[in-house]
Amino acid sequence: MIATLLFITAAVLQKMALILIVFAITLGIAAYSTYGERKVAAFIQDRLGPDRAGPFGILQPLADGVKMFTKEDFIPEGSNRLLFILGPGVFIFVALMTSAVIPWGTVFTGFGLNLDLQVTDVNIGILYVMGFVSLGVYGIMIGGWASNNKYSLFGAIRASSQMISYELAMGLSLIAVIMLTGTLSLRGIADGQAGTWLGFIPQWNVIAQPLGFFIFFICALAETNRAPFDLPECETELVGGYHTEYSAMKLGFFLFAEYINMFISSAVIATVYFGAYHFPGINPDWMWGLMGTIVIFAKTFFFIFVFMWIRWTLPRFRYDQLMHLGWKVLIPLAILNMLLTGGASLLF
Amino acid sequence: MTFWERIYLPAILGGLWTTLKHFLKTLFGKASTVRYPDEKREFAPVYRGWHVLKRDDQGRENCTACGLCAVACPAEAITMEAAERQKGEENLYREEKYAAVYEINMLRCIFCGLCEEACPKEAIFLTDRLVPSDYVRQNFIFGKELLVEGVEPEKRIDVSKRQKHVTEAR
Repeated sequence: MIATLLFITAAVLQKMALILIVFAITLGIAAYSTYGERKVAAFIQDRLGPDRAGPFGILQPLADGVKMFTKEDFIPEGSNRLLFILGPGVFIFVALMTSAVIPWGTVFTGFGLNLDLQVTDVNIGILYVMGFVSLGVYGIMIGGWASNNKYSLFGAIRASSQMISYELAMGLSLIAVIMLTGTLSLRGIADGQAGTWLGFIPQWNVIAQPLGFFIFFICALAETNRAPFDLPECETELVGGYHTEYSAMKLGFFLFAEYINMFISSAVIATVYFGAYHFPGINPDWMWGLMGTIVIFAKTFFFIFVFMWIRWTLPRFRYDQLMHLGWKVLIPLAILNMLLTGGASLLF
Repeated sequence: MTFWERIYLPAILGGLWTTLKHFLKTLFGKASTVRYPDEKREFAPVYRGWHVLKRDDQGRENCTACGLCAVACPAEAITMEAAERQKGEENLYREEKYAAVYEINMLRCIFCGLCEEACPKEAIFLTDRLVPSDYVRQNFIFGKELLVEGVEPEKRIDVSKRQKHVTEAR
């Protein structure tokens, strides 16, 4: 009886600790993504970037945070106060929720406990991610609408139509992966990619699903409102889009949530298409399991870099081009990919 | 457009390659920019900036307030008032006449260097110092306190490179 209670307490404490750690790491990475973004932008433009706060400017996110907190928190006249405050809250909440199902490493067993580096292994993990990602648009929509500003409203409308359009192709490209792996659980998808072909080619989904990965990646760019799909917030046309009227930490929440989204999207790409914590030559148990955690973070950081790299290379799409790409190119391609995958799995 | 051009991907990859080259160049090499207040770029030896009114090697002002620089100045930036040297001031001014007031309006000055060429006494030179920015127009009218170099050796301003250039220009 007491043993069972202790066991349950230990399990609960372990999960609580894990949730806190994942939360802190997500926030930390989001904060340092802003620094990374500025550095990558600077290097691509042959500049040095922020280097005043601390060595190489590594304290810059702290300074930015202090700035965000001490700015005047302005709520415009004629705005809906409650929704205006709710908007950024919803956005960052939804962004943070998705980190719960990412498997950050293998399950460690010892002392009668299973230390699972995934906060929760929902058996429909990938659907959970898709669901929460699509909820994210509510934060933008509420914030943009409550601002009582035409630019904000334009930004919010653009965001919602863009997200709806690209979620279709994203879902269709994921279906092909699910057909291959036969599971919706992210842990299952990750473990399905262990091992190698011919001893050196990793059995990652990207090898079997190059087109699917390509579509998913483009849709991830669009879902996170990153350039070249940053139409909801394009500074040049919409003065900041849905967060035009926001200031201080409310604006900070919006910007922060975008970086969290980018981090989670990169983690999902790494998990679904690039073998999560698997890497040829790494055996996922104990010490090597820790290596697996490093591996998944390395993959995630690589994709964060690619997101930034693309942002500072490509100009923004025009709105009709965006819609054309989403509906007339990516969705047919995703359906074709799905049919090919289905045909191939019937044949082999 | 051909199909190859219509799918844009080759162009996009080309663009990514270009930015990657710049990224790596800055990461492992050197940025094109400098960290300005800490680090300054080398100026050309003939750079024309903030003027200096020179003293001779005994610390006496070279300027005799002849007014040739003011006449030569195309922007009419220079004004001066002449005064006669009194007894006991021989250690301050080289000749019997000197400039009691000498002002250059740095907002009017176009830093052409004609004042140097006009000067018969080698009294005025342009240097590689930048005129600092300011909020008030009045502060751009530089008087003698900002133009005349110090008497002490460490406060002297080296214009030898510029001097050579001016001599050649004459």
